[in-house]
Parts: sequence; structure tokens; C-alpha cells
Amino acid sequence: MNIIVCLKQVPSRESILRVNADGTWVDEQDLSWEINEPDVYALEEALRLKERFGGEVIICSVGPARVQQAIREAFAKGADRGIHLNDPAFERLDAYNTARVIAEAIKGESYDLILTGLQSDDFGFAQTGVILAELLGIPHTTIVMEIHILDGKVKVKRELEAGWFQWIELPLPAVLTIQSGINHPRYATLKGIMGAKKKPIRTLGRDDLHLGEALLNLQQVEKVYIPQKTKETQLLEGSPEEVAAQLVEKLKHEAKVI
Amino acid sequence: MGRGILVIAEHIEGRLNPTTWEALRAGQLLTDALGGPLWVAVLGKDLSALTAAFSDKRCDELLLLEHELLATYTPEGTTLALRPLIEARQPQMVIMSHTYQVRDFAPKLAAALGRGFISDCIGYRLEDGHPVFIRQIFQGKMNADVRVQGDPPYFVSFQAGAFRGDEVETSTPGPTITPVEVSLDPSAIRTHPMERFREAKQAVDLTQAEIIVAIGRGIKSADNIPLAQELAEVLGAELAASRPICDNEWLPMDRQIGSSGQTVAPKLYIALGISGAIQHIVGMKGSKTIVAINKDPEAPIFDIADYGIVGDLFEVVPALIKKLREVKEEH
Repeated sequence: MNIIVCLKQVPSRESILRVNADGTWVDEQDLSWEINEPDVYALEEALRLKERFGGEVIICSVGPARVQQAIREAFAKGADRGIHLNDPAFERLDAYNTARVIAEAIKGESYDLILTGLQSDDFGFAQTGVILAELLGIPHTTIVMEIHILDGKVKVKRELEAGWFQWIELPLPAVLTIQSGINHPRYATLKGIMGAKKKPIRTLGRDDLHLGEALLNLQQVEKVYIPQKTKETQLLEGSPEEVAAQLVEKLKHEAKVI
Repeated sequence: MGRGILVIAEHIEGRLNPTTWEALRAGQLLTDALGGPLWVAVLGKDLSALTAAFSDKRCDELLLLEHELLATYTPEGTTLALRPLIEARQPQMVIMSHTYQVRDFAPKLAAALGRGFISDCIGYRLEDGHPVFIRQIFQGKMNADVRVQGDPPYFVSFQAGAFRGDEVETSTPGPTITPVEVSLDPSAIRTHPMERFREAKQAVDLTQAEIIVAIGRGIKSADNIPLAQELAEVLGAELAASRPICDNEWLPMDRQIGSSGQTVAPKLYIALGISGAIQHIVGMKGSKTIVAINKDPEAPIFDIADYGIVGDLFEVVPALIKKLREVKEEH
């Protein structure tokens, strides 16, 4: 069972985000980076399937040189090799064009499953995996909470809204987008970290791919900004005892909710 | 502009998803701004009961796409049924609510037509007669203005609550009802959905709670949950959590608030160490009074809080419990 995992590197959750000078994105200079959280669950699911059924786990990631660190992290956990899609033309692509690049890059690969996180913590499009399936002409399902491999098929538990679920069967190969919480992701072992250095990463740029039409975003982020507050927030300040006293007073006599 | 706007309705076995009205309201407003007809498409097997729900709504045409293979939702069925309709009508815009179902088919449908899909928008504004869509990025920490590129139709989905379903305008007469020819090849539908089910009977109905104390990542470890539990007990509140807490099994899934959990509107909601990712906010933003305690002053939860405390919850919460006990004893 060969599995491709699409990993995205995103600013870490602890990052303090600042708008860049021209207001079109965040200032990336002082950021620390991590693997997009839902993708960590997708990777773990791929590693578990590999442990049961054998085969390879191939990491595919689009981004600049820093992305290699995310790929190595996946290697340390047990992934086998990587495809790093690095080109200035790939920067801040929309979901459609990101999927085009990935689809082209994995054309020569033989795979049974492609796993992605259900969405990224940065753009949050929640689209790339689904579009990838469409471009590859294979079936997909989204927001997956459990995977069972059957003969030539996969049976997955799909999360619906408000606590509902549904079992869905689809033929392989297929794209599944993975929901957070499907498993408990492992930590890398020291042995894994040592072994990660030797595993191969193939780096591909625009000229290595047969993309045909130019990579023109179908949706363009024009401006990013800190949202305006929709509510007047009273910030309470002081020692823990002082803010506790203020809060109780306000909840009792101003909001009248306790 | 003025080529028409298509709204896609959503239902499960004939029960309309209420966010359909929010999408229709967005469609009404955008049609008012841009001109052109407003169409609503409903897909399914027998839609006669659903048709009635639209009979007094202001839209020009209700398009019924009926087929045996649309009885249960599949991404292929939905895409293959809608694609010829969209190609024939050439709407300026296709509007949906950002539901789990839309996330499953809309990227496929838009990509099949080589078009972009601006997902999970919280609003729009017009610039020189062209809509600019507003999305949240970085889990709600920032907003982005997004403009569509290339040729229409443009696909757009709006977050739950972005428009008010109860503001949908009515009109007499209602829409013209037009059955649309659907031809589907069974072999094109490769995903096979089975029965929908609930994991277990929901033991906790958080929607009935008057006060909720909710915890997020800031609680750091399962060992700290008794602290939040103690605060909940003093207040007579239910304990709830954001998704990561339930993913870690620190609290059971039935105590989860947010898009994949319960939607609540208590009179008091105290968020401890919850940053306020969109997925959580949609489940609790209707609360009457919101208190946020978080160490990160830029956490989006403060944008919707009535009272905010920037600080260490492990210092503030014990002080709060002590103060609440004192006040109780005074009575």
C-alpha cells in the first residue's frame, strides 16, 4: 500500500502574526513554522496503514527551502521519501493551482491513497485535496475519522455536522481528507531522527513539471488585516485577585448573569 | 454583471438545512446589488415537499434537479447534476453555505469547470461594482480581502451566521418552478454512502445549560481539568471544551462546542485558554455574555468577548473560584 501524504508547513500556532509592509500577507521573517496540524494526523494515519499493509509513505509538500524541515520531521516519524515542490512561481498559490502542481508532480507515482489534512491553519480553504482528486480523476471523501482497507476499496467514517457520522465506501486509489483527532500522532524516536537525514527528497520546480497553462490564481488575496472588533470588550486589569473581584462584580451587577 | 446568481439549497432527506436561508439571503442581497435573476437549485429524488418551503420566498426561479441517483448525497452525483445547469445558465455567481457537504463537492464542481471557489467567507463588499469577499485566515486571527480572477461563474460559500436566514425576503407570487433534466450514469458515482448515524446517544445536552465553562488548549494538560471543573461547580455550570481537548480525550466528544460539536447560546460563557478559532466561535457566538481568559492578548476570542482578562488562567481561575465562594457565603 503506497500512500502519498500532502503536508503543508504553516506558521506555528504560538506565532505572533504581523501584517507585512504592503499589507498583502503576514511578515514571515520572525515566524516559527510547523506542520499544519490536520496534516500531522494524516501522516500518522498513513504510517499506521504502512505498518499494517507494507509499502511506502511519500511526503509531498509545496513551499520554499524551509519546507524541507517539515519533510524531514515526517521522515523521522517513519515516512520513506519526499517530493519538495519549490519554485518562486508556487508562492501563495490558491488551492486550485496548488492542486495542479501536486497532480503534475505525482503523475509518475504509483499510489493507493492520497491523504491530506482537512484544511490548513493559514488559508483554511479546505479545498486542495478535493481538487487534487478531481484533477487526477479519482474519487475522494472529506473529513474522515476512521479508515478500513478492504479488497480494492476503502471504507471510511466521514464526520457530518452536529455529532452525525456516515460510513462511505470508495474504490482505490482515492483521496481522503483527514479530520483532527482521528488518531494520536506519534513522536519521532531518536533512531528515526538519525535515519531521517539519509532519506531522499526530490526537489521539483516549475520547469520540471508539464503544467501547460500558466499558474494564475483564480482567487487573489488583495489585503490582509487584523479584524475589527464586533463587540466592545471590557478588559479587566490588575492582580489575579483584583480581576477576579472585578469580574464577579460585573457579572453580578452589570451583565446580571450570576 | 447582471447575469444571474444561483443559490444551491441543501437538505437531508427532505429536511432543509437552515443555512440554506442564509445563502438565499446572501443571494438576494447580491442580486439587488448586481442585478440579474436569482435562481435556487435543489437536488434530490422527490422534492415536492421541499418546494413548498420556497413558495413565498423572493427569488425568480426554483430549479428542481430530480433523479433516482440524487436520493442520497454523493459528490459525483451533485457535481454531475449541477455542471450542465451551470454551463447552460452561465450565472455570474454560485452561492452556497459553507457546510460539510459543500466542502465535499464545491471544490470538485468549481475545479471541473476550471473556476475558483472562495470558501468560508464572512461577508463581501462592493468596489466599483465588483464584489470583494472577506475571509478569515490563520484561524480567525486575521481577515483577508479576496477578489475573484478570470471568467465567471464564481463560486462562493459563506460561513454559518454570515447572513441572517430570518431576513430572507418573501414575495407573492413566489418563484417559478422549473424541473431541470438530469442525466446521470450510475458508473460515474464511485463513492457509496451508507446510513447516517450518531456515535452514542448524546449524554450531555449543552444547549440547555444557562452557564458554560469551556476549556481550550490553554488548559495544557488533563491534570488541570479539575480546576475548570471546580469553577463550573461553583457557578452551577456545565463544563465544555473546544475540539483539541476532545481530540486528546481529556473530555468526551459530547462536551465539544463548535462546528463539529454542539451549538450553544447560554446566558454566560466563560472561555478558559480558548484562542477562538472559527470552528469554535460558530458554536458559541450567540452566548449572551462572553468572558475570555487567555494569556495571548491577540487571541481572536477577545474580539467577541464582553469581558476579557489577559493573563494566566492558572492564577486567575483559583482567584475567581475563591471570590465566587465568598460572594455565595454572603447570602
